Amino acid sequence: MTKTIKASIPEGPLAEKWSNYKAKARLVSPNNRKRLEVIVVGTGLAGASAAASLAEMGYNVKSFCFQDSPRRAHSVAAQGGVNAAKNYKNDGDSIYRMFYDTLKGGDFRSREANTYRLAECSANLIDQAVAQGVPFGREYGGYLRNRSFGGVQVSRTFYARGQTGQQLLLGSYQALLRQQHAGKVKLYARHEMLDVVLIEGRARGIIARNLDTGEVERHGAHSVVLATGGFGKIYYLSTLAMGCNASAIWRAHKKGAYMANPSWTQIHPTSLPQSGEHQSKLTLMSESLRNDGRIWVPKDKNETRLPVDIPEEDRDYYLERKYPSFGNLAPRDISSRAAKEQIDQGKGVGPLKNAVYLDFSRAIKEYGQEVIAERYGNLFTMYKKITGIDAYKEPMKISPAAHFSMGGLWVDYELMTSIPGLFAIGEANFSDHGANRLGANSLLQACVDGYFILPYTLQNYLADQIRIENTDINHPAFEESEKQVRTQMQNFLKAKGQKTAEEFHKELGRELYDKCGLLRSKEGLEKAVGNIRKLREEYKFNLLVPGTAGEVNSELEKAGRVSDYMELAELMCIDALHREESCGAHFRAEYQTEEGEAKRDDENFCYSAAWEWTGNPSSPILNKEPLVFETVTPTVRSYK
Amino acid sequence: MAITGLFLSFFLIIHLLGNLQLLLPAEEAQLQYNSYSRLLGGNILVKLVAYVLYLCIILHTLDAIYLSYKRKKANGISYSYDRRGRASTWYSRNMMALGIIIFVFLVIHFKDFWYHYKFGELPLDANGNKDLYTLVVVAFEELWYVILYIIAILALGYHLLHGVFSAHRTIGLYHPMYNSMVQVLGVVFAVAITVGYIVIPLYLYFNLQL
Amino acid sequence: MKINLKIWRQRDSQSKGEFKEYHLDEVSRDMSFLEMLDTLNIKLIKQGENPVEFDHDCREGICGQCGVMINGIAHGPLKNTTTCQLHMRSFNDGDTIYVEPFKAAAFPIVRDLKVNRSALDHIIAAGGYVSVDTGQAPEANSIPVTFEQAESAFDAAACIGCGACVASCKNSSAALFTSAKISHLAQLPQGDKETSTRVISMVNQMDEEGFGHCTNTEACQVECPEDISVLNIARMNYEYNRARVVKK
Repeated sequence: MTKTIKASIPEGPLAEKWSNYKAKARLVSPNNRKRLEVIVVGTGLAGASAAASLAEMGYNVKSFCFQDSPRRAHSVAAQGGVNAAKNYKNDGDSIYRMFYDTLKGGDFRSREANTYRLAECSANLIDQAVAQGVPFGREYGGYLRNRSFGGVQVSRTFYARGQTGQQLLLGSYQALLRQQHAGKVKLYARHEMLDVVLIEGRARGIIARNLDTGEVERHGAHSVVLATGGFGKIYYLSTLAMGCNASAIWRAHKKGAYMANPSWTQIHPTSLPQSGEHQSKLTLMSESLRNDGRIWVPKDKNETRLPVDIPEEDRDYYLERKYPSFGNLAPRDISSRAAKEQIDQGKGVGPLKNAVYLDFSRAIKEYGQEVIAERYGNLFTMYKKITGIDAYKEPMKISPAAHFSMGGLWVDYELMTSIPGLFAIGEANFSDHGANRLGANSLLQACVDGYFILPYTLQNYLADQIRIENTDINHPAFEESEKQVRTQMQNFLKAKGQKTAEEFHKELGRELYDKCGLLRSKEGLEKAVGNIRKLREEYKFNLLVPGTAGEVNSELEKAGRVSDYMELAELMCIDALHREESCGAHFRAEYQTEEGEAKRDDENFCYSAAWEWTGNPSSPILNKEPLVFETVTPTVRSYK
Repeated sequence: MAITGLFLSFFLIIHLLGNLQLLLPAEEAQLQYNSYSRLLGGNILVKLVAYVLYLCIILHTLDAIYLSYKRKKANGISYSYDRRGRASTWYSRNMMALGIIIFVFLVIHFKDFWYHYKFGELPLDANGNKDLYTLVVVAFEELWYVILYIIAILALGYHLLHGVFSAHRTIGLYHPMYNSMVQVLGVVFAVAITVGYIVIPLYLYFNLQL
Repeated sequence: MKINLKIWRQRDSQSKGEFKEYHLDEVSRDMSFLEMLDTLNIKLIKQGENPVEFDHDCREGICGQCGVMINGIAHGPLKNTTTCQLHMRSFNDGDTIYVEPFKAAAFPIVRDLKVNRSALDHIIAAGGYVSVDTGQAPEANSIPVTFEQAESAFDAAACIGCGACVASCKNSSAALFTSAKISHLAQLPQGDKETSTRVISMVNQMDEEGFGHCTNTEACQVECPEDISVLNIARMNYEYNRARVVKK
């Protein structure tokens, strides 16, 4: 039965909610913190910052990651920057402005209070990162430098060349290792979480597999935090790392945590186009390139000249034409869709006609190659390494690619999922970005969740738990969970079919990108649901996994991840199908204005869809969290 | 390693300056060289420096052995197909081998000249100094000895080519400008030392042949 | 194009490893090196053999997880490039390619081409940070850092921790890795307060992990994907000597 769920948003005016919450939140005394254990899964920006902060406070933290070192988490790959309402530029920025930009960027489908809190804590994050030694870009006088990003008209993005994510992550990774050195964090690298264990309805531990030995281990705690990132890799071709997966959050979902707005995936407009069948991932080119790069396609779809030979009058700078006030810096969903429109009209460029040009010739003429190299040097180098083309001489070819999951585990204002004691932070949750995330807000959200929010809200939860003894890992709940995990792995190994997990994944990804990607329709989604079900059935008997469960076996790891994708994919389609409106990244062909822009339906769909697992992936229960706008009135999002 | 190496390099200059006296006309060279040798042998300060020198040679050698041991231990199993050499110079990778050549040479060198001079019976020259000059000159009449000497000096040259700038790095010279200066000076030094030391035996050998 | 592969297969750190030979007939020039290995693995799995285990994740040259010796060179023939960004267009039809894991006593082999590089984490844990707790930070612009300082610190901070420097070093030294972090933090006003204690404990940890000494052959910088400068090693030596001699 559909329930209406509440997010426990504190009382008071928008700007005071977080202060009010903090003033009233319960605390745990330092003595008691020593006795409490917290599991943090994932060591990206959210996970590492949370684990480090909690350990600094005195909790005993167990930190897990599937990579061989916490520093490899995919936050490392974020390029462009991190937003903060510092208003160093004196260009009219403020917390409210940033909040509003984020809310509008998300097409008014996010929670007001969360979004405001994100903007409110943003300035602190820059302070924190600078104190950690993150080498942000500087002006010659020594003060911090900013640039501007898509969807906003101020410059509030802080950056460290094109490697902002790496530098921020190293900051939190180092903070994490500092706590490991101090004995407050136990690190479990090359461990993959395979299940959450619930005792009396509360999250009290996890089952994890040691990927180096194949051993299945039980870990208990007073609370579990999931910081396992997004699942854009479900599309197979995406900008995500090969190992990124939905397994942690999906298995939590199957234990009762609601999954919110799973179909809202951001398709990033500036990735490198696919070049062939063998391709395993699409490399992202930072959105910051759009500050100086101009996007265009030839006006004639039969154009054969080289890009540099095409004169201005034969080029269509379609973003500048359609969205004059934001131009090349239109938000991601809009830019991606506009690119798809051009490509679908046959105006795409490149051998597969699947790309558009991103041209720097004017910026190079204006500022000189040196300045452009200083701003984006590493991106140009990377472009050359991958494509063999010198982008200083001719335009880059870019195309849209699956990138960020706005959807994720449903969490309340405290970032707790619908399972008491189970928290989700960073990209793993759904909370702050609505139906479309603005550039440079993702690093921000991950850090803010980990450094500044979770330490308060988790403590508020743990205040109740101080009398609870350490979790007994011989409890029947662990027993059963472990058995389930082992059985599933044995089933993968037993199938001995014809197709590898990778091949299934490719097929699934194609289906999803086609029908649940940039453009969705009722017909397509219904077809997709059918196809996914068939594929899932086939997966049961036709999967081929070599080796055994008791050893290093990356194919077995993949098999588990793809199996979860198979179920999640259907939920994504169901979610997209039920939302009969267009908003942000969710664009339904049936619901658009005459000009081809997204047509929202605030009357019927102004809610977050929080899906509940029923045991059957085809029949989830829809719960609704109504989005109440106390301060802002949703408007039609226009970037014209 | 760096400090002993730099001290030894410094000694090479002094030693070369002394040896260059061998290039003077024969008679003059004989007297001057022998009296110079006596001066060195008699001075307490020089003796002290000499002890430091011996200590440096020993420490430098021990350090080299320790580094090789560390290297072997740190390497673990070696590569079966190894082309790492493309990223560095051959002599920087083979400092130990070059060092061994130099060491072997040193032993011979000490035995032939230093030992003879210190403990052997040597005729006296006109000024009553031990005639080291003649000992040296006679030694370099032998072609094989000249060749051995030149090989050792070449090894020394390459050893210095890497050693001098490497030592500065180890001590901690990190400024890019000074580093490029040291790099250039290091090459100049290595070449000068090599040429300087090689010229002497060649000069003596061919002079005597005439 | 056709490619012959000689790949190091080893069950675990205790077993003996050896080269095994494989052939691929349809390799596209646009494939990345890892995609070529993917292709091989699918073939092996279908033949009922165990696939070649290798490390990789982001496949865009930033996470530092990939890294193998290709034809005897860390990350392959291109300089300053990770394995994942190496493309098959760097090879010729009919080439034989030798693939080995990074080898060093401090990097025990997990399986095949996978090695355990947690020794590098231990070095960072020994002191590679600014000791600031969450919430202690002052206003960001209250600590001016000049443009040049920030750029130079960034050059060192760009290290991705792949371990190619260790693999390329004849001494299996982790000096470039360790010094990059020391130098990054020593160049910033936030980080220089702890330089002395940091450098001593990180250098000691590096020794304890079983890495060798640096003898300045400079091979590391050539193979480093981020072109981290060897002058950072000199900086580390400077800070170390200073900490030992001048202040403790």
